[in-house]
Amino acid sequence: MTEIEYDRVPNVADESHGSERSARLRSLWESKPGLYGWLATVDHKTLGIRYIVTAFTFLGLGGIEALIMRIQLAQPNEHVLSPEQYNQLFTMHGITMILWYSLPILTGFSVYLQPLLLGCRDMALPRLNAFTYWVFLFSGIFLYASFLIGAAPDAGWFNYVPLASIEQDPGPNIDFYAMANIFLGISTTLGGINFIVTILRFRAPGMSINRLPIMSWGTLTISVASVLSIPAVSLAFFLLWMDRHFGTHFFDPATGGQPLLWQHLFWLWGHPWVYIIVLPALSMVSQALPVCCRRPLVAYSLVALATVLTMVLGFGVWLHHMFATGLPTMALAFFSAVSILIAIPSAVSLFAWLATIWTGRPDFSTTFYFFAGFIVVFVIGGVSGFMTGSVPVDWQLTDTYFVVAHIHYVLIGWNLFAVLGALYHWFPKMSGRMLDEKLGKISFWFVFIGFNVGFFPMHITGLLGMPRRVYTYSADMGWSTLNLISSIGAFVLAIGLLITLFNIMKSRRVGKLAGPNPWDADTLEWSTTSPPPPYNFLVIPTVASRSPLWEDRLGETRASTPDRGFALDHGKETLGTTMLDAVPDVIVKMPEDSLAPLLLSLALAALFTTMMLEAWWWLGASIIAILIITMAWLWPRRNLGEIEGSTS
Amino acid sequence: MWSGMGADFGDQPTKRGMQIFCVLLLQLYAAPARADAPLDYLFGAGPRNVASLTWGVLTISILVVLIITGVLLFAIFARRNRIPSTSSNERELVSRAGNPVAVIYAGLVLSTLVLFGVTIWTMMTLADIAAPPSTPKVTIEVTGHEWWWEVRYVGDDPSQTFTTANEIHIPVGEPVAIKLRSDDVIHSFWVPALSGKTDLIPGQINTTWILADRAGTYRGQCTEYCGLQHAHMGFQVIASPKEKFETWRKGQLRVASEKSVGSAGQRVFMQKCAVCHTVRGTPAGGRVGPDLTHLMTRGTIAADTLPNRVGYLSGWIADPQHVKPGSKMPRLNIDGQDLAQVRNYLETLD
Repeated sequence: MTEIEYDRVPNVADESHGSERSARLRSLWESKPGLYGWLATVDHKTLGIRYIVTAFTFLGLGGIEALIMRIQLAQPNEHVLSPEQYNQLFTMHGITMILWYSLPILTGFSVYLQPLLLGCRDMALPRLNAFTYWVFLFSGIFLYASFLIGAAPDAGWFNYVPLASIEQDPGPNIDFYAMANIFLGISTTLGGINFIVTILRFRAPGMSINRLPIMSWGTLTISVASVLSIPAVSLAFFLLWMDRHFGTHFFDPATGGQPLLWQHLFWLWGHPWVYIIVLPALSMVSQALPVCCRRPLVAYSLVALATVLTMVLGFGVWLHHMFATGLPTMALAFFSAVSILIAIPSAVSLFAWLATIWTGRPDFSTTFYFFAGFIVVFVIGGVSGFMTGSVPVDWQLTDTYFVVAHIHYVLIGWNLFAVLGALYHWFPKMSGRMLDEKLGKISFWFVFIGFNVGFFPMHITGLLGMPRRVYTYSADMGWSTLNLISSIGAFVLAIGLLITLFNIMKSRRVGKLAGPNPWDADTLEWSTTSPPPPYNFLVIPTVASRSPLWEDRLGETRASTPDRGFALDHGKETLGTTMLDAVPDVIVKMPEDSLAPLLLSLALAALFTTMMLEAWWWLGASIIAILIITMAWLWPRRNLGEIEGSTS
Repeated sequence: MWSGMGADFGDQPTKRGMQIFCVLLLQLYAAPARADAPLDYLFGAGPRNVASLTWGVLTISILVVLIITGVLLFAIFARRNRIPSTSSNERELVSRAGNPVAVIYAGLVLSTLVLFGVTIWTMMTLADIAAPPSTPKVTIEVTGHEWWWEVRYVGDDPSQTFTTANEIHIPVGEPVAIKLRSDDVIHSFWVPALSGKTDLIPGQINTTWILADRAGTYRGQCTEYCGLQHAHMGFQVIASPKEKFETWRKGQLRVASEKSVGSAGQRVFMQKCAVCHTVRGTPAGGRVGPDLTHLMTRGTIAADTLPNRVGYLSGWIADPQHVKPGSKMPRLNIDGQDLAQVRNYLETLD
């Protein structure tokens, strides 16, 4: 080996001698086979798929909880569940779907796709990427351990005090939620930082900020928002834990605390979170819908601006969850106005999609089916949100099934429909094989019909006054038939999702081979093989437009060179570029596979478990373990250029 | 209620037309549920301007969904065939020509105008209902408990003050102030046909007001999740003409009937029930459960969960945990004879 170079101009190469260099790059980038490689890998593609599989598993768990509840609610005065069981189920259903499914699934797609979209070889901080995955997984297991001892959280996903106080809820139920939430917050925050650095500094040369793929705009926006908003909720849960175990009085009114403080801290995170878990999904639609419509996205700049604007306004609407708490009319008026006007940027995206379909020539693929269905449910979820934004109307609608309908149109409609469309679009890239289109379309119809039959009637149940979070209702309230219809719809929806699951299982083995670019799409991920090699790109591509693979056919000069660029094969390397113009800036040395992320997340799991058990000596031991592992992780390494001098 | 919808509509013909359109659409879907829905609020007797705002935004919402769905379907099907496919390749790209950004701006302006309009309408309605139309003469203090409602009428002097539970009587046609407190966790006060929700939050007092235009019984319900029996935390608001309300109020001011003083049933009650329940005029002074001084004047028991009839009352006393699992009223292991006696005693509390 030669002396490490701190200052060199990288070679430019094209695809000649490809096989030699690809063999060399493969030996540098590929994880070792066997258990070590499986546990230690930092490859964003492996981790992205793990995120997706794990998030879908949580979707399955939350879905089973929902179906059990729908059996209980199918008829009045049903006794399938006790009130305590029902309360644990609806709480876990909400927590699972909102925290352990909605964002992680989008993170999965982003972890897999962002480096490919941007034209680099991995996420900026690959070991951190592995760490955030393990933390996500272990925090979820931690949360679900509560079921094993029959003490799952039971105060609703927004966990209002004093219901969640030690006096009202003395068991470990709430502590599981508090610890798991803070634990997961670590993953989300660090994941956000990783995306910010990757998207701002790891773009291919020439991919100036105005050529950023629209999907990266979504991920970048919500990553900043995660970093800014999660401290509020982590703090809230930490204070609650202090109240519960150390006799502090942050939320206890009897001793000068303030129950509304909880609501402010919670929604200060909670409402931005709603946008955090939908904006990347919307931006996946903006990314893939134009491919289905055979033309570039209409009004790219407006859509990018709208994404950012929605997120900014999203920080100014949290009070609309608290319209009924007796706040001054002036505050209500302000937050009501913002809650209504936040529909404007969403409308921009909607019009851009419609215009893209209108002026394009839609290709009736399963992806397009899901996206067309998505637009319909997007609008329904949007207008019901607009209705609840108006204070006097919200005073009637809030805490009824109308709001239940609204949140499901937003979370399933805006998130799951987009995710399913994206799955059919990008599965060929991830697996190298196409999903079965026929099964896909059958799945779509089950999902679309089941979803609307299940959730549309809930608007009406809500207008007829059914409060949310009731474990049963009596026959004389006029809600029986609608609830039965909703229950049937929920099962039809579940069948639709199982068909897609079956499709994945089947197609990953026997599906039609995809080739590099089965949809004839326009962005960099389609310029490499399916699935991509461990190093993503043989050479770092150079980009000169938003649609590098379509340039010649759009009548633009063909200036992007996906197949010619910096070779960067003197070790595990990728290119860092400048923030706005993406001018080549630094050669980045990328770390090898490492067990440190796994070990550190295990040590963190031990930390939270010992906090739960109040086992203070063990807590001390976990802290020491965390320090040691962090030191080992950060110890300067020669092959990362962190120590001067020659490598042996 | 659904059957009364004709009478409650707004005044202008155009609004009326839109409302009818919405109703038809809703009814189409809700046909099975039409029978009777006591917590329905679209056809309530509360402040009219809220109902018209609700109908307004509902109508706009439905129109938006229909228009966008129409545009989408047209874009997918009609437009698809009109674009000439210049080559035999179906997947040939459509060029950027005809980039319809101007249409997006037009749509943006239109939706901004509508949204600003609704914002102004919201502000006007909010200003209207923030305070009652006249100073309320009656003030009622409602305290939320897990899982029932304590209702206290505060008079000018203590002799005019009394407490009851789960039933709020108000005079028709005048605003009534409601002061809301909570004894344990957060609850929310909601009488759909009369007013929107206001939370009952420990450590603070929230105030709202209700006004019933018509005499009648209106159902209310706790709408903030408050634990095991959140589902069974209802109440009733009974609006009656002024004289009838006054008669009721005077009746409630009396101490308990003396018909059964010294009866076996009263002895059992004092042993088993008095720790938690008050019967004014007797030694029973418990504050944990509802005041039972005039239990027989109330229409329901267990926070609007069961009708107040002999059979239900016996069943409730014998095993409250069967009706409301988790309820704070324990199973008393009361034998058949004692049960009959205590029920007989309760039946004299009119």
